[in-house]
Amino acid sequence: MYSEKVMDHFSNPRNVGEIENADGIGQVGNPKCGDIMKVYLKIENDIIVDVKFKTFGCGAAVATSSMATELIKGKTLEEASKITNKAVLEALGGLPPAKVHCSVLAEEAVTAAINDYRRKQGLEIENQLCDGCCG
Amino acid sequence: MDRKIVYVDHAATTYVKPEVFEAMKPFFTDFYGNPSSIYYLGRESKKAVEEARQKIADCIGAQSSEIFFTGSGTEADNWAVRGIAFANIKKGKHIITSAIEHHAVLEVFQYLQSEGFEVTILPVDENGFVNPEDLKNAIRPDTTLVSIMFANNEIGTIQPIKELVSIAREKGVIFHTDAVQAMGNVDIKVNELGVDLLSMSAHKFYGPKGVGALYIKKGTRINSIMLGGAQESRRRAGTENVAGVIGMAAALELAYKNLDNYNKHLKALSNRLIDKVTERIPYVRINGDRDIRLPGNVNLSFNFIEGESLLLMLDMKGIQASSGSACTSGSLDPSHVLLAIGLPHEIAHGSLRVTFGEKNTEEEVDYIVDNLEEIVGKLRMMSPLYEDFVKNDPGIKVTNHKAI
Repeated sequence: MYSEKVMDHFSNPRNVGEIENADGIGQVGNPKCGDIMKVYLKIENDIIVDVKFKTFGCGAAVATSSMATELIKGKTLEEASKITNKAVLEALGGLPPAKVHCSVLAEEAVTAAINDYRRKQGLEIENQLCDGCCG
Repeated sequence: MDRKIVYVDHAATTYVKPEVFEAMKPFFTDFYGNPSSIYYLGRESKKAVEEARQKIADCIGAQSSEIFFTGSGTEADNWAVRGIAFANIKKGKHIITSAIEHHAVLEVFQYLQSEGFEVTILPVDENGFVNPEDLKNAIRPDTTLVSIMFANNEIGTIQPIKELVSIAREKGVIFHTDAVQAMGNVDIKVNELGVDLLSMSAHKFYGPKGVGALYIKKGTRINSIMLGGAQESRRRAGTENVAGVIGMAAALELAYKNLDNYNKHLKALSNRLIDKVTERIPYVRINGDRDIRLPGNVNLSFNFIEGESLLLMLDMKGIQASSGSACTSGSLDPSHVLLAIGLPHEIAHGSLRVTFGEKNTEEEVDYIVDNLEEIVGKLRMMSPLYEDFVKNDPGIKVTNHKAI
């Protein structure tokens, strides 16, 4: 049911872990719904120099987290905030329909981490997020 | 097959035993007559179907005229619930079931509710038992049917069916039990239990897929749901799955002959798995009653991780198991059974069902435990819930970290 690319990112997820003293941390999802994603960002001169994630969730949730972190690493904050769930989906070669919400979660986790950074820097927050089950 | 396979999902389905397959073979290629035909080939098929019916009746303590073949366990459940509800509408439109039934029963109840029936769904306790007192209190003068499963497919808990039946009988209410998971694992005799209807499915006890049966006690008022032929005493239309019913009878006979040894074998494997997992992996919970359960069923919840990820990683090691996670069902909610026994959503999401069978070995149990330890560790290292727990975040609720 999953593409090879999804299974590759699930079995060898990129950028798993934590960043100590991260500049931005975002956590979205809800244990009730069965998936939570947490993204840590290290930011220098508006560029995401490092990113790590932790995910509680299904195969698709892990794979989309992994792919999303790959896509934003090395990007400017502006570039990173433009990466949508569609881009994550495309990069993974698609997901079964019931799993598309996982890619939304990945986009939101990145947005939440960027928002956290902007909040800490006293900057304006561009994208507001919903709470709870965003599926 | 050239890849390593450790199959521990016997509650999903079983392989067909070679001797069962042998018994079926001639009815695909040589004795292919339609049992309704009057010539020799038809008569031979008819004879074989009736012999199969007799064998099944003998195993479960019924008369052969009380055994009706169906296309699946699901069909048997659908027929029992719908057929009884509509046939007894003059008496009333109140029907009772439990919260942990298979969807083949629960969804028929939901359908009947939409058709104007009144439905009572009995709760279960933390081990999955229906309280007989609850049934006693739920029965009304207009109650026509109680449908409570013999043993649960997910957590293995075996209901006090005899006691529940006697309550229903006292009040003159028809009792159906879905014995799809229990048949072949438990010594079931319908005459001792006193049930009015009982569903079974051949592929759960080393018979073929696509064939089930409904036991209907003589004199029970039931409507047909399959129309268009005189088969099965005019009660279930459709040409008989001749090879299938012969396979089911052969498989059930073998199961009843070997019940004690099979039980001992399964129980030993289950206990070995439970003992080793709880010794080596922290924060795990055993779901279902520890003793009054199907001998080959082990249902575990691992805190902080999600079931589908666990299954995918086990599959990479050749281990074929099952989960009550939402992600395996396509909905956002985890198993209704695990929620009914009171597990919080996040714990229910991390559940694993292992169901052993005849060919499983102690070495396979050890292989499963070794891999589980590694995989659960890996997934926890990736889990923000585990991270919060380790950092003592008061926001994270941890259920009992000691195994029951």
